[in-house]
Amino acid sequence: MAAIASTEAEIGAPIIEMRKVDKFYGDFHVLRDIDLTVSRGERIVICGPSGSGKSTLIRCLNQLEEHQKGEIVIDGTTVHAKLKGIEDIRREIGMVFQSFNLFPHLTALENCTLAPMKVRGTPKAEAEATARKILERVHIPEQAHKYPIQLSGGQQQRVAIARSLCMNPKIMLFDEPTSALDPEMVSEVLDTMVELAESGMTMICVTHEMGFARKVADRVIFMDAGEIVEMAPPEQFFSAPRSERTRKFLGQILHHA
Amino acid sequence: MSYEFDFADVFAAWPELLQGLFNSLVLSALAMAIGMVVSIAGALGKTSGPKWLVWIIDEYIELIRNTPFLIQIFMIYFGLPSLGLKFSSNGAALLALVVNVGAYGIEIIRAGIESIQKGQIEAGKSLGMRPLQIFRYIILKPAIQAIYPSLTSQFILLMLNTSVCSAIAASELTAVAGDIQSRTFRSFEVYFIVTCMYLGLSVFFWSVFAGIERTFLRKPTR
Repeated sequence: MAAIASTEAEIGAPIIEMRKVDKFYGDFHVLRDIDLTVSRGERIVICGPSGSGKSTLIRCLNQLEEHQKGEIVIDGTTVHAKLKGIEDIRREIGMVFQSFNLFPHLTALENCTLAPMKVRGTPKAEAEATARKILERVHIPEQAHKYPIQLSGGQQQRVAIARSLCMNPKIMLFDEPTSALDPEMVSEVLDTMVELAESGMTMICVTHEMGFARKVADRVIFMDAGEIVEMAPPEQFFSAPRSERTRKFLGQILHHA
Repeated sequence: MSYEFDFADVFAAWPELLQGLFNSLVLSALAMAIGMVVSIAGALGKTSGPKWLVWIIDEYIELIRNTPFLIQIFMIYFGLPSLGLKFSSNGAALLALVVNVGAYGIEIIRAGIESIQKGQIEAGKSLGMRPLQIFRYIILKPAIQAIYPSLTSQFILLMLNTSVCSAIAASELTAVAGDIQSRTFRSFEVYFIVTCMYLGLSVFFWSVFAGIERTFLRKPTR
């Protein structure tokens, strides 16, 4: 566990390493030979057509999906399906889902304090103080006592981001966080994510928001058919993609932008 | 019709009737409380236990749901002593009621658990919560909210089933009524009053269930 306790001093050191990772659903080869190293503080955007394996890739990092071949190392610990104490790894990795997945029977504040209290053993008063601070950071302190059903989609997603941040994670994963939102709510969630990126959080975002990618990404990855087809800094990715498949994909999604 | 209604003998037996009513109420409430624990534990075992446990729970449910309640009581009260397990009539009644309601309760709560979206569990996992924590803090309450009407209907059936326990002379309302009736021969009068008392018990339990829902299980509205 020494590696988990590593400090901010190691900015730039790898925090995620995927080596030759393969994943299958039965006969279907979802991830093919994935090699990816992410450094502390790095911001990665992954895009690609649906079914290309981009969500599966980030879900393997916290083992919501298990991989069959290759190695995934998170902050010094090799993770796999049978790992005892996978919970200790997961609590360091925040995850934001397309469909928010807030707990409907808990208020925004309770959504944010549940895991810190039950998983980290934080006293209630302290967990609430932290949660309020973070709800303020995502610009919805006044919604603390509302239930998810009483919030707009954009507000729900910001509560979901706050809920993850309350665990003080080292890494944040975003799985198409704006895809289920009405168009007018996309920007409030993206603004929150940009602010988070500026704070130095290590982030991997599966998204088709290319404006966001240009603004914050250190590297943009294009996936197709379970492979990483292209990986480049945004300037190069958007202006001079090397692969024909990337060019075609960008042509399709940027056409209407 | 020449029958003359005479409630005097029955009214004279008020203390007995009230005692029977009270015993039925306590028997029902105890069986509901213990049955709830059995149902939750069984549903947890059935949805996430190992295969052998799921098999045992399934067999238990099938056995209970496909045999008459009266036979289950007789089995426990008259049958089990042959194996060295002896119960008082009230103890056997409570056990039979719990065993019976558990089989139905497990299936009801299982349905509630299965109505919870997978994303809820994934959110709990991604926050580092352990399986039992996810069950207790994320799944259980919404699951019970989802099936609360079925569960409470089952509990009312349980209360009505306590009358069957008179067959082993448990000291509940129907047994008391039988005693009074055989003493006074005022069958109509006794059973009229007992019918009203069961109706009263139902109203009482329905209002308790509604109170529990209002206090602990209210769903937020827009």
